Amino acid sequence: MAEKNPLTTPSPNADTKIVPPGSPQAHTEQASGGHHAAFPPFESHTFLSQLIWLALAFGLLYYLMSKIALPRIEAILGDRARRLSADLDEAQRMKSEADAAGAAYETSLRQAQAKAQAIAQDTRNALSAEADAKRKTLEAELNQRLAASEATIRARTTEAMGNVRAIAGETAAAIVERLTGQAPDQATLDRALSATPALN
Amino acid sequence: MAVSVDPIHQFELQPLVSLGHIGNQQIAFTQSALYMFAAVGVIALLTIAATSSRSVVPGRLQALAETLYEFIADTVHQATGADGKRFMPLVFSLFMFVLILNLFGMIPYAFAVTSHLIITFGLALIVILTVVIYGVAKHGSHFLGVFVPSGVPKPLLLIMVPIEIVSFLSRPVSLSVRLFANVLAGHIALKIFAFFVVQLLVAGAWGVLSPLPLALTVALTALEFLVAALQAYVFATLTAVYLADALHPGH
Repeated sequence: MAEKNPLTTPSPNADTKIVPPGSPQAHTEQASGGHHAAFPPFESHTFLSQLIWLALAFGLLYYLMSKIALPRIEAILGDRARRLSADLDEAQRMKSEADAAGAAYETSLRQAQAKAQAIAQDTRNALSAEADAKRKTLEAELNQRLAASEATIRARTTEAMGNVRAIAGETAAAIVERLTGQAPDQATLDRALSATPALN
Repeated sequence: MAVSVDPIHQFELQPLVSLGHIGNQQIAFTQSALYMFAAVGVIALLTIAATSSRSVVPGRLQALAETLYEFIADTVHQATGADGKRFMPLVFSLFMFVLILNLFGMIPYAFAVTSHLIITFGLALIVILTVVIYGVAKHGSHFLGVFVPSGVPKPLLLIMVPIEIVSFLSRPVSLSVRLFANVLAGHIALKIFAFFVVQLLVAGAWGVLSPLPLALTVALTALEFLVAALQAYVFATLTAVYLADALHPGH
């Protein structure tokens, strides 16, 4: 019995016999083939031992998983999800900000364009109004001068025509004096001058 | 080497440190226990060490840990709804434990812990006890509503309630046997087909046929990787479905 594998054949002192796997003894024992006790998975005398080690190993695993590993992985995944959503939100916010800035730029550009056009229009209007005013002033002045000149001319003509009567009177008086030897009186001269249509 | 001939030998427990007896139960630190603690270590490395930097942009291992977490979180959420989140550590631990132990079993010469019925039964027991204890603590006698399908006419309940009870009681059995049988059968099949290769090679002219079982072994290995991951997923999904009963006993 002492040569047999202690786990395939239960015996009171089997625990004193330890057969390391792969030892020559284990091989000869198998090679002899004399005993194939039970099918190893059904050897009930190993059950308690296996259950104890299973409980210890699985208990340790459960403790490690529930206390350390899973909370950590969960934290990592949660942290990543939070960061992703935060980054996406930030990107969304920045995009809307950029959109708003673009719209504001467009608006101010249009406003500036409109303003520039208005200023140009105003300037054009002001300039043309000023030019018109100047032109009108000039025209009025010119007209005034024209009128003044015409008046002067007319005055001069009238004056000249008046002088013509005097000259004609003097001339006529001189002619009459030369011809008759005596100066005609003023009344006669006036009468004769008034009777001459070219002098009136 | 005779050891490799026997397809059952790979499931034998090898005590590394023997600790004594309780009745006829031998208490020993076996390679099975070592693999379980190694699995706990690997899972801790993957989920704790790999996430220690808590980086927002994950590295490869952290991304893997996050993917596994989200995968199980989705499964739990779909099965139990929002209030199932409290069972997340249990389902995640079960899934990772079974997955890593199954995958350990796929390493050549390694031991498949989940090929032992008592291990899978122990895991199933954890699930069922959690369901019953939490269900009774939360809902009291209303938890018995789990056996009463709603919208069924009264006379039919005479048939339905026993069926529901049997179905409930068979859950730990089906949960544990499914995983155990898949892993056990897969490993035995792999061993047998791989041994065919050797047998054909030493059988003279028959050696020309040896590529056939070799190809089958390769295909089976791929299949076993699929089974290893799939059974872990099935275990976790069924756990979540059963836990949903504890949260909402009425159907």
